[in-house]
Amino acid sequence: MFSERVQPENVEFDVHTDEMLINMGPQHPSTHGVLRLVLRTDGEIVTEVTPHIGYLHRCVEKIGENLTPRQFLPYTDRLDYLAGMNMNLGWALTVEKLLGLKVSEKTRHLRVIVAELSRIASHLVAACCYGLDLGSFTPFMWAFRERELILNLFEDLCGTRLTYSYITVGGVTDDLPAGWLQKCATFLDQFEPVIDEFHAVLTSNAVFIRRTAGIGVLSPTMALDYGCTGPVLRGSGVDWDLRRDGEPFCTEMYEDYTYQVIAETDGKYPQDHPYPPVPPAARLGDCWHRFYVRMLEVVQSAFLVRQAMEKYAQAGGKVDEPFPLKKKLPKGEAYLETEAPKGQMGFMIISDGSPVPYRVRVRSSSFCNLSVTSELCRGVLVADVPAIVGSLDLVLGEIDR
Amino acid sequence: MTELLTNILSPSWLAYAIAAAIQCALLLVVALASAAVFIWLERKVSARIQDRLGPTRVGGRFGWLQPPADGLKLLCKEDIIPAAADRLLFRVAPYISFCSAFCVFLALPFANGWVALRLDVGVFFILAVAGIEVFGVILGGYASGSKWSLYGAMREAAQVVSYEVPLALCVVVPVLLTGSMDLVEIGNRQAGWFTNWYVLHDPFTFVTFWVYATCAVASTNRAPFDLAEAESELVAGFLTEYSGFRWVIFFMAEYASMFVVSGLAAVLFLGGWNGPIPIAGLLHLGSDPDTATGFIANLLGLGNFLIKTVAGVTCVIWLRWTLPRLRIDQVMTTCLKYCVPLASAMLAGAVLWTYLCPGGLIARARHSLTIAAEQQHAPTQERK
Amino acid sequence: MNAQSIHARLSRPFRPWLVAGDFEAIDPWIEVKREGLPDIARYLRDQRDLWFDLLHCITGVDHFEPDQQKAAQMERPPHIELIYHLSSTTHRHRLALKTRVPRFLEEEPSRLPEVSSVSSVWSAAEWHEREVFDLCGVFFLNHPDMRRILCPEDWVGHPLRRDYRLPAEYHGIQSR
Repeated sequence: MFSERVQPENVEFDVHTDEMLINMGPQHPSTHGVLRLVLRTDGEIVTEVTPHIGYLHRCVEKIGENLTPRQFLPYTDRLDYLAGMNMNLGWALTVEKLLGLKVSEKTRHLRVIVAELSRIASHLVAACCYGLDLGSFTPFMWAFRERELILNLFEDLCGTRLTYSYITVGGVTDDLPAGWLQKCATFLDQFEPVIDEFHAVLTSNAVFIRRTAGIGVLSPTMALDYGCTGPVLRGSGVDWDLRRDGEPFCTEMYEDYTYQVIAETDGKYPQDHPYPPVPPAARLGDCWHRFYVRMLEVVQSAFLVRQAMEKYAQAGGKVDEPFPLKKKLPKGEAYLETEAPKGQMGFMIISDGSPVPYRVRVRSSSFCNLSVTSELCRGVLVADVPAIVGSLDLVLGEIDR
Repeated sequence: MTELLTNILSPSWLAYAIAAAIQCALLLVVALASAAVFIWLERKVSARIQDRLGPTRVGGRFGWLQPPADGLKLLCKEDIIPAAADRLLFRVAPYISFCSAFCVFLALPFANGWVALRLDVGVFFILAVAGIEVFGVILGGYASGSKWSLYGAMREAAQVVSYEVPLALCVVVPVLLTGSMDLVEIGNRQAGWFTNWYVLHDPFTFVTFWVYATCAVASTNRAPFDLAEAESELVAGFLTEYSGFRWVIFFMAEYASMFVVSGLAAVLFLGGWNGPIPIAGLLHLGSDPDTATGFIANLLGLGNFLIKTVAGVTCVIWLRWTLPRLRIDQVMTTCLKYCVPLASAMLAGAVLWTYLCPGGLIARARHSLTIAAEQQHAPTQERK
Repeated sequence: MNAQSIHARLSRPFRPWLVAGDFEAIDPWIEVKREGLPDIARYLRDQRDLWFDLLHCITGVDHFEPDQQKAAQMERPPHIELIYHLSSTTHRHRLALKTRVPRFLEEEPSRLPEVSSVSSVWSAAEWHEREVFDLCGVFFLNHPDMRRILCPEDWVGHPLRRDYRLPAEYHGIQSR
């Protein structure tokens, strides 16, 4: 194989109406970022979908070879920018794994509060942008109204609303401000009843069910084969969540917490809260189930935040400070995956003994989730392509890095 | 007005032409004003549903001047025609849509006798002319020279043409109950208390009204049937390449047809210009619009008509901002598997109803009781 | 099963292919020769007591030092290391599988090193291998769609290699 300049393929020029090659994106209202999908269609039926990515590639892995781990932290915010806290957490835990660092209990509970609030914010965007893709504009506005309240909490905490760089290696940048826990509790008290409104307009809505039930069915074996993780995997019925099943470094964070992993086991979802029923038209592994898993995880995350707030208030000691900037890293390599809202987000750091890593690798959950699109979208209608792509909950920031 | 002008001007064709022109101009004002009002209403209603305020700055606290401001902005936009577009068809397409939507106003009565063109076949005229609107959409989509527009146009063609069938079937039911296609006649037949309205006439017409509502929303391309302009899938469907004034024309056509369809529902099913309580009748205002009291009665009727129409349009707007969009095959399934059989069954039912109990269930019951009572008295009298 | 027992399990059928292993590392790993890769991968997936059904990630690391003095201090000659992170959702064990390839095929700087693709074992490898090809310049044989994924199709060079220099201009855009 020669490494040489390759001519890009020409697509086509005339408007044929029998078999058309249609470009969805990179600028398109429903492709969740700069994603280009080339559809080969026969009338309204799609015969082939080819995703093209790389429009948002910002060379994050190369940059990581030139910065210390703490300097690299803001770059992780910009991976999955809708859940910046979870990205920070992933990177921080990975470097802590390399260093063999354990954080205090107070820090641990604080990290859970912040990570789970970020998960709620991310799932709100995912679920309601999905509604937007299908033509339902209203839940989108309601979700952003709730998300704004979470972002207000984060603004009080670390001063920013999207790119936090809050959870750092060794701890967090700063402790909670006074009165923050009360504000968070107020938010949760007003948020939990609002979730039912989303169920009424989306989850149990007959038109929504018609658009999503039975569409894009992903079998568990195919999901594992393609490396799909997170709600995409759990929506296919595989009971796998890194908060419970992952490495000790990851599961220790959620030790002593009570929560349910949302996946259909023995034909049933967890019954710890009153959830809307599964409609008969929905098949396990379809778009509706992936959406349903996200909506239920929002409830679980709210429950986790409440527990974490109590544990934080009861924990003694201080919140840990960040790891010093220029300290040398031990020689070795560490790879850790954490359960981010969109799936399993993996970070790898290889160090040769200097303060700057030798290699940084980012394993993105949406990257693998997107790779299954070409299989799922074979033989569906054009209108189902945004439904399927939307249900995978992609963020191009983490796909392209 | 025609008679007035004929008396003044000598050639009757000139008088007729001027009268027609004035009436068309007035109706054009109505169409455009209604489009402006409905755009404002849509923005306010959608905003409230989405837990926000909507326009609050242009024109005072309620943003009354927002639609004219938007119109002015759109007028000032650059006129872009894509290189691959068929220039003549691209330019003509919006006007075809708007003209057909506007022409329907000619036959739509706003009150008793207040109609530009009183036709014996008013209902038929409206259905036929409203059906021309789809040509503008198809031409617009095809002439844009873009695949996305073509997709939108094809979906639109399939949808609107299919939904005309159940729409026509639904519309036949009030025609059947009245015995005439004249809309003024249909409206007048529902005079009196709200129990006279056709929607409450019999259960079949009641169901027909809801089927009509579904088909009307589908034929005007409003959500959940708005895949022709499905933003999230096809960028903007057949509207993708339209910007500025041409886009405004398409949108005014859409809002004008929403008004028409809602107005038609009001006249056919909801009593038209007759209020729930016959105030004009109770006050003995008389029904002749040429008299002063009759004029006032007609003004009240106009108010009723407008209230019903605006309520209908508000419901259509409400529906748009609540429900997601259906897929094209689901839209066609709804039409062919649900609306058409249901409308046909309701038509058959309504026919049977008018045959078996003309005048309504209560009248029929009263009639049967009267006959029964007479038969009871007759033998007694004979015995006497 | 921990890495040591997996290594013991593999050593029966694949002894010639196993090179090294570190079971005490932070992430225990087993290194294999690249010729044995697809067979070992298939074995790891299909054997019911191993059952590595989830391929998390394929990472390419370019071990090369452009600076002559630092290069002399390197422990091993320049090479590209491929790391496959695997786990089993049923048995809850994980493994890092490594292999080394030379930086160029037969020492010729214009030819890329070749490895067999494991996309027939785990379909997730399709896109990960495209990325390693794109950024690290390793060619995967028997891959269904071997082309660049993140960089544009007509990009020259493999950015994550340590001797990579950004081209001076790309389609008229100046970069340096």
